[in-house]
Amino acid sequence: MVHRAHAMICTCTNCVSNGSLRVKGALEEEIKKQHLQDDVKVVPTGASGLCVKGPILVVQPEGIFYQLLTVEDVPHLVEEHFLKGRPVKSLMYVPPGEEAPIPNIRDIPFFKNQRLIALRNRGLIDPDEIEEYIARDGYKALAKALTSMTPEEVIEEVKASGLRGRGGGGFPTGRKWELCRASSETPKYIICNADEGDPGAFMDRSVLEADPHSVIEGMTIGAYAMGGTQGYIYVRVEYPLAIKRMIRAVEQAREYGLLGEDIFGSGFDFDLDVFQGAGAFVCGEETSLIASIEGRPPEPRMRPPYPAQSGLWGKPTNINNVETWANVPVIINWGAKWFAEIGTDTSKGTKVFSLAGNVNNAGLVEVPMGITLREIVYDIGGGIPHGKTLKAVQTGGPSGGFIPGDLLDLSVDYDRLQEAGAIMGSGGMIVVDENTCMVDMAKYFLEFTTSESCGRCNACREGLQAMYQILTDICAGKGKEGDIELLEELAPAVKDASLCALGRTAPNPVLTTLRYFKDEYEAHIKEQRCPAGVCKALIEYSIDPEKCKACMLCVKNCPEGAIFGEEKQPQTINQEKCIKCGLCRDVCKFEAVKVQ
Amino acid sequence: MPKLKPEDLDKIAEKVKRTTLLREGEGRMRLMVHMGTCGIAAGARTVMKTLLGEIEANDVKDVLVTASSCAGLCSREPMMTVEVPDQPPVKYVDLTSDKVKEIFSKHIMGGEVVSEFALAQGSERML
Repeated sequence: MVHRAHAMICTCTNCVSNGSLRVKGALEEEIKKQHLQDDVKVVPTGASGLCVKGPILVVQPEGIFYQLLTVEDVPHLVEEHFLKGRPVKSLMYVPPGEEAPIPNIRDIPFFKNQRLIALRNRGLIDPDEIEEYIARDGYKALAKALTSMTPEEVIEEVKASGLRGRGGGGFPTGRKWELCRASSETPKYIICNADEGDPGAFMDRSVLEADPHSVIEGMTIGAYAMGGTQGYIYVRVEYPLAIKRMIRAVEQAREYGLLGEDIFGSGFDFDLDVFQGAGAFVCGEETSLIASIEGRPPEPRMRPPYPAQSGLWGKPTNINNVETWANVPVIINWGAKWFAEIGTDTSKGTKVFSLAGNVNNAGLVEVPMGITLREIVYDIGGGIPHGKTLKAVQTGGPSGGFIPGDLLDLSVDYDRLQEAGAIMGSGGMIVVDENTCMVDMAKYFLEFTTSESCGRCNACREGLQAMYQILTDICAGKGKEGDIELLEELAPAVKDASLCALGRTAPNPVLTTLRYFKDEYEAHIKEQRCPAGVCKALIEYSIDPEKCKACMLCVKNCPEGAIFGEEKQPQTINQEKCIKCGLCRDVCKFEAVKVQ
Repeated sequence: MPKLKPEDLDKIAEKVKRTTLLREGEGRMRLMVHMGTCGIAAGARTVMKTLLGEIEANDVKDVLVTASSCAGLCSREPMMTVEVPDQPPVKYVDLTSDKVKEIFSKHIMGGEVVSEFALAQGSERML
């Protein structure tokens, strides 16, 4: 059935939680009501990336991008756009600080400046239909590998591409495969690590939801290269939609003979199962993940032996991250040479980031390696909301670090980020503005790692707790001389004496904030002052009598009735009643409320 | 479902691409049916249905069909504009199902403008 338009409605977790399924239902109903069901087809897709604007609808072939849709918008939209061919301006994207909407998705800077490899099918296919994946060159790479390449040639190709692990470690993927292939024991296991746990990160979820077959194809190619026969996709149970789509994709692949015995008549057998993890951050670490599949408590163990020699049930095992697997079919199809031309000397290809925090276009972006942080935050991210200035960018989640605003021209690759004290990580990227307290941020990440520490290593279990306590004290105005030095002493100790990457990287947020924002720590401790005006124990709200116009807006909004004064006179805050919620500052139109 | 062979991938892709091609947003031609209130009242829906039917019957994969609003010449609806990159657009007027079929075979398939149904080539000056 040929339609004249496809209404591509995003059904990723973000959009669904904002009501996209209701919008989809309303669209289908309204299209029927206008007798347009033979003209216009509604297609559910995975995340388009500009998640903060969901629910999102893209109408093809015109490429009109609609955002923040509600069920109430639908009748007007269907009548105007689908029936009368007049795209609805009021539902389009408007760039920050401008008034004219941008109708076409291809013209929106957020999309225009991205380069999609791992997310090549996002928003373009229905993830529940294997044939739509096949129509976009899906499973061609697998056919090519199985019919015209030896396993060694596949490994050579991946090595030559320069692909490095996208889960955070950045280990060369081809080298990892080679080590597993070299193990003589059988059977061998192939695992996809989809235990994405960084707060605010959702790269892997998005790939699984938007394009599950790209992961299956990548894993099957890997299995062929390494001699694996059984695979597991380890997805955390908090990702119900990703699990549902992945299970359906595996079933469809089996039905089409793309998993199972004698794939493509080549004599190669491989099958996959989806394993639901209970959602512990430490399971992202490969030996803990293996323990979890085996049914043991997820605790890391000493390496070597590496999983390539002795992994799942003591057998050779290869683990790669979702995004790494999703890159593999493209490398086989387009060739290592093509792939290696994208990126920098040591970091090839692209990287997917979850852009979050104080940035206008929060969402999911895929950019070539070597792009600068400035381009990501300003060109793609649309800059900082409310005209504030950028203070730092945090990469790598709880294992990563803060990069200060003056290093914004730093190019994004594994090694440059490491030099700056942060890490590439799996792709979390949190932008913070001038009103963010760096001590408080470091405390936030440490709170996360402290509670997620599995407790196996003394240094991680006790050391992080001690560091967290110091940070809590500093934020509460109880910081004392020597705290900074103690933090600086504890951090490397925790790093050195922890078995796995959780403990080895957990002090990073503290170390980088100490490196770039030591003055903020000192202000907290020595001057009892929080420069960003965040830590409640150290701040005081007051009203500038020069600026106050006595509009009484703050008085009306104060939940504690702490603001008083005579009519038509500047107001005053009663410090004893004030709970420092900041509402008065938010509502004041004259910037008369100050924080000190 | 029998197991796929490598050559089956292209067959499936071919079949699906016919329906998904328009998501790429590119084609050698764009057919705009003017579907303002005037157009719809004069029979633009029939024009649209006929077009989509012809596209399917002729297995055309590289032509996009979109709806557009009133072109301003309400008395000559239903209207359709045929756009080919780097050529002046052609506006057809007073369309019927039969005229659409003829335009389809001569202009869209054959590349030859059916001047007896055409109002004009070119567009108004913009700004």
